[in-house]
Amino acid sequence: MSSESYHEPIELLSEQTKNQHRANVSLREELEAVDWYQQRAEACTDPELKAVLIHNKNEEIEHAMMTLEWLRRNDPKFGENIATYIGSSGPIVGVEQGATGGGEAPSGGGSVSLGIGSLKGMK
Amino acid sequence: MDLLKRQLAPITTEAWKQIDDEARRVLTLHLAGRKLIDFSGPHGWQLGAVNTGRLKQIEPTTPDTVAHAIRDVRPLVELRSTLRLKTLELDYAARGADDLDLDPVIAAAERIGRAEDAAIFRGFSEGGIQGIIEASPHPPIEVKAWRDWPRAVSRAKEALRLSGVNGPYALAAGPTAYAELTSESEDGYPLRKRLQESIDEGSLVWAPALEEGAVLLSTRGGDYELTVGQDLSVGYHSHGKDDVELFITESFTFRVLENKAAVLLRRVSS
Repeated sequence: MSSESYHEPIELLSEQTKNQHRANVSLREELEAVDWYQQRAEACTDPELKAVLIHNKNEEIEHAMMTLEWLRRNDPKFGENIATYIGSSGPIVGVEQGATGGGEAPSGGGSVSLGIGSLKGMK
Repeated sequence: MDLLKRQLAPITTEAWKQIDDEARRVLTLHLAGRKLIDFSGPHGWQLGAVNTGRLKQIEPTTPDTVAHAIRDVRPLVELRSTLRLKTLELDYAARGADDLDLDPVIAAAERIGRAEDAAIFRGFSEGGIQGIIEASPHPPIEVKAWRDWPRAVSRAKEALRLSGVNGPYALAAGPTAYAELTSESEDGYPLRKRLQESIDEGSLVWAPALEEGAVLLSTRGGDYELTVGQDLSVGYHSHGKDDVELFITESFTFRVLENKAAVLLRRVSS
């Protein structure tokens, strides 16, 4: 249960924080599952089982990305950083400098934006 | 180098951060459409148009000719709002100042935010954009006095329901409408509270570009879509001895997928 990993008294937490916690925990679990399936598939000696494990791993990646998208829509900082880093090209550490105007900006179509994106649900 | 050309600007990293933060703050406050409708993107500068899946100008064939049709696409519109800042002022950021005079950034961000929302709500014919209000088949509901707002919202919700448009519903309110809804009260009971009978608490969105009054729309998804190529960004244009010219830009288009999903509530003088 995700509620077992709260670090603060639950009555002090808003509904938004509790939902975000659920998403954070789910994302972590999905990524752990990706890791497990990858290792099992690589070590597996039966070709058919190996194919099933790889299929399952890919499903977990889909789940992780759906959860990440929820976080992007509901936490502006996730949105801001996803807009900066996801889909960029060139050295990844260079993207941060590009985002603040210093250093090399990402090449190609990777113009750095303000990371506003969707604001749906924000008042 | 990319289209924003930020590396060419005589602006320190610290000043860029304050400029970006201020633009982001103002835009997040002012943009109303993005708080209510579906969003696709950002897809980058390379996206030039959105496929509608339809044909236009279908020319019939005759025995000696070849028929042709043109694919209907929505071209992306590029907006650009320019601003000018004093280099001396910007350099204060590198000396530790965290309160730069960024009024031109605020003004430019407000302009481009209003332009995006104006296209979403009222349309932008040059860009092939039909707005939410002009697309709606529902007759506008007139609001003649501030105390009429709750009843008008209730009627608008009924119109949406009768058209088969289910909720949740949200109210985008222009400056006058928002002020009346949040400051007026009837018998000591705030109008905003009365609205809760029609829309969920917190579903009232300030929409400064909506001068007509307010729009009640469904936020269930699938009715309206904003497609963004390059999302709102600050770029560099040029600089002189004492100042630097920047711009806030974006590329986008907007599509109405279900025109019945919104009703205009027009504030008129009684």
